[in-house]
Parts: sequence; C-alpha cells; structure tokens
Amino acid sequence: MSMEPKLGEPTSVGANFRGVDCDVHPTVPGMQALLPYLDAHWREAVIEREVNLESQSYPPNSPLSARPDWRDKNGRAGLDVKQLCDLTLDRWGSSLAILNCIYGVQLLMSEDMAVVLCRALNDWIAKEWLDRDPRLRASIVVPLQSVERAVEEIERRAGDPRFVQVLVLAMGEVPLGRRQLWPIYAAAERHGLPIGVHAGSAYRHPVTSLGWPSYYIEDYSAQSLGFQSQVASLITEGVFQKHPGLKVVLIESGVTWVPAFLWRLGKFWRGVRSEVPWVNRPPAEIFRDHFRLTAQPIDGPENGNAIERVLEHLGSEDVLLYASDFPHWQFDGDDVISRGIPERLHHRMRIDNPLATYPRLGLTVQAIKAGA
Amino acid sequence: MARHIVAKASEVPAGSRKLVEAAGRPVVVFNVGGRLYAISNRCPHAGGSLVHGKLVGLVEAPQPGQYSYSRPGEILRCPWHSWEFDLATGKSWCDPETVKVRAYKVDVERGASLVGEDDPAKADAPRKLETFQVTVENDYIVVTL
Repeated sequence: MSMEPKLGEPTSVGANFRGVDCDVHPTVPGMQALLPYLDAHWREAVIEREVNLESQSYPPNSPLSARPDWRDKNGRAGLDVKQLCDLTLDRWGSSLAILNCIYGVQLLMSEDMAVVLCRALNDWIAKEWLDRDPRLRASIVVPLQSVERAVEEIERRAGDPRFVQVLVLAMGEVPLGRRQLWPIYAAAERHGLPIGVHAGSAYRHPVTSLGWPSYYIEDYSAQSLGFQSQVASLITEGVFQKHPGLKVVLIESGVTWVPAFLWRLGKFWRGVRSEVPWVNRPPAEIFRDHFRLTAQPIDGPENGNAIERVLEHLGSEDVLLYASDFPHWQFDGDDVISRGIPERLHHRMRIDNPLATYPRLGLTVQAIKAGA
Repeated sequence: MARHIVAKASEVPAGSRKLVEAAGRPVVVFNVGGRLYAISNRCPHAGGSLVHGKLVGLVEAPQPGQYSYSRPGEILRCPWHSWEFDLATGKSWCDPETVKVRAYKVDVERGASLVGEDDPAKADAPRKLETFQVTVENDYIVVTL
C-alpha cells in the first residue's frame, strides 16, 4: 500500500465511514470445520478422541447465546457470513465489524492441542470469514496455556492487518496482570494490537470466588466480577507502566460496574499504594487511558438518565465502543445502542473511539476514503 | 505569621514527636534524626490524629518490581486510613495538590535569643506571642503559624 496510513486519527475518516461494530461472534459449526486446518496427526486425534469444544460459557441452547429470530432451523446462529454482514454491517450501519470467535480452545489442558487448535481457528477465521467479506476484521485467539506459543501465534498472524486484536477470556488460569504473561503484551504492543478480554472462563477455577454456583445465570452474572479482578490485576501489577502503548478492551463486561469498582480500587490504593509503588497515579486515571469497554450489554435501565450518569462517573467519553454482540441476545429489534446512552456519544462510540483503540483499523479507513 | 514557642527542645529529642498547641491549634512536632518538622495534628482526609501516625520511608518504583527507597522516617502515615503525607511539605502522596495537611515552619532557638538578651531590639516580640516560661539557658522549639 503506497498510502501512509494515519493511524487512529478521526480526522482521516471519510464522510462515508460509518464506524465499527467492535464485538461480533462467528460461530464454529463444529470440530469438522477446523479439520482442514489441522495436520494429519491432529485431524485423526480430534476425530478419534471426539474432541468437542463447545464452551459452557455459551451453551447453544441458552437464550443468551443467540437471539431466536437469528437462529437457523437447527437453532444455531452466526454460522453464515452473509447473515452476519447483512445485520451487523448493512442493517445496523457499520463499515467494519470485528469478529471475536468464542470456541473452547482456552479450556484444553493439553498445551500442544491448544496451540494447533488456536492456529486452526485463526486460519479458519481468515479463510472462511475475512476472505469472504472485505469489511470483516478479527481477533487473534491465543493459547494462554503457553505464553511462548501464544506469542508465536501473535507473530504468525500479525502480518495480516485484518487481525486487529488479541483475544483472551475474562477467567483463565492466572490473573492477567501476572508478569509471566507480559511477553504477550509486549508482542501485542509491538504490533498495535489491543488485548481483548471477553466474557468466558477456561474453567480452571470456579467462576465465583465462593466456589461453583448451581446455575447458568450465576455463571454469566459472575463474569463482571472476573472482569473486576482482571482490571485490578492489570493495573496493580504494573502492566501499563511496562507497556504504556497497550490498550485492553473489556468485551461483553456489562460496563456499569466500572465506576463503583474504580472508586473502591482508588480508595484503597490511597492507603496501600506503597505496596505497588509503580502505580503512581490513581487507578481510575490508568483505567481511562488504557481500558475500553464494548457497549453491549450495558447493565442499566434504558429509560431515564441512569446510564448517562454512570458514564459521567466514568469520567471519559473515550472508553465506550459500539458493539452489537451479535448473535448473543442483548437487545430486541434494532436497538443496538441502549436508549440510555445519550445520542451525543453515538458518533464517538461508533467511529472515533474504535479508531483510536484499534490502530490497525486506520489502514482500512484510509482505503475506504481513497475508494470514496 | 506569628511565632509560637511550643516546647523545650529537650522535650522532642531525635526519634520522638510531641503534640503541642499553637494559637489554640493542635500541632505535632516531629524530630527525625535531628531535623524538626511541624504539621497540623488533623488529617485533611477524615480528621485522624496524626500524632499517632507511623513514620516510614518513601517507596517509589521506576519500573514494576523495582523498589526505590529513600527519605526514611520522613513520610507520615495517618493512623486511620494510612494515607501518606510528606512531613516536609504536608502534601499527601495520593493527591498532593488537593489533599495536604498544614505544614509549619519550625525552628530551635536559644532562650537567650528569645528573651532578647542578644538583641535588645527584638526583646519583646516572642514573649508577646505565647505564654511560655522561657529561661536563657535552654533551647526552645518555635513554630511559625
């Protein structure tokens, strides 16, 4: 490309650029879809062992996992490029969509199997989705089972500018701030890839700190607590002092818990900050500079100004990213943006904020402008 | 600005502190290794009594995992919520521009000087400010409010 992209500058957007849907889920129809992307040994192994990676975080029959009107005759949704693009791009008016593929590769105990299946998954996304519609972007799914090989996977895929983010789950084996994971953040920062932390668990630990809950509703609502602990971990371990260029996107986190948690974190930081002396400014400031949040779901009433007040407490209009969370059932009709979010923020969350968060999108913006 | 004789110097030896009163206000005088500091006794956060606070050093970090320790004993932790205050400036560590405790100028002066024997021109000044028994042979702590 001869044109030098201006990364993340909203002024470079052409008038026809309609923004980015920052969280869309392509569904892996089953392990058979990944077989072409495995070598002979692993192809036989996953068939022989009947490996199936449907994650318990999003059981297919759960109402949340797909809105009824988007399900096909088998009850599945998000299998088809056309359906996904028709809705998220054409109907809801975005120029780009970021695919976050949620498939249970993070649950595997075998490092080797996790590595080959992540690789297969990313190759499948590139070929079956990105190659089929130029408006699609995607996250690199990494095997956190091995830091070294997660970095290898980032390096392997980073050459393709359509991959714009590194994807991990809200609940993994160790807190995300731990230094052992930092090579992943170094690689992400080097390539302009934010770390996307998506709701979900690798089920290494109970999803609540109390132990295993009985019901799915407990699992899903506990995700926001997992996100809270990850925010605390990433900030207090000093990830952003070490990697000042790194951004973390909390995807499907619920949003409205953030101000209250930051108040709590900041309040205690004032008294015990010498324990983490590298945290040399209030955690809320670090959050505003480094964290972003997808706006679907947003846990608050649609009516009145409750959500607007939460956003005021958050103290920044830069952090919210437009997202449909398709095909998860977060809204009805075409109300992709909660009515509780004031209209003056719509342009920012659809266009300015995603471009500032995902520097690699700037390449596409330039291309669209040039083609306009 | 008024000067207040608040204690005999011998009452606040190195490593100690003393709660005194100056113009009706509670003030804590600290002696850290021979250097004197005076601050208000009231924590600006929630009113904790700072005379009961712990003195610690300043911990900073150029990078995560690298601890730089300096100024031992010059940082005061409020006994209630452990917020840190710089004894020299009164500024809090967490919010130095907004949250600060009043810090006062504090000196040791000779009794002879205070009663004006050395300089008759100043003879009356300190004695007007505070009711404090001053003798020429002792040293005194003087806080300026």
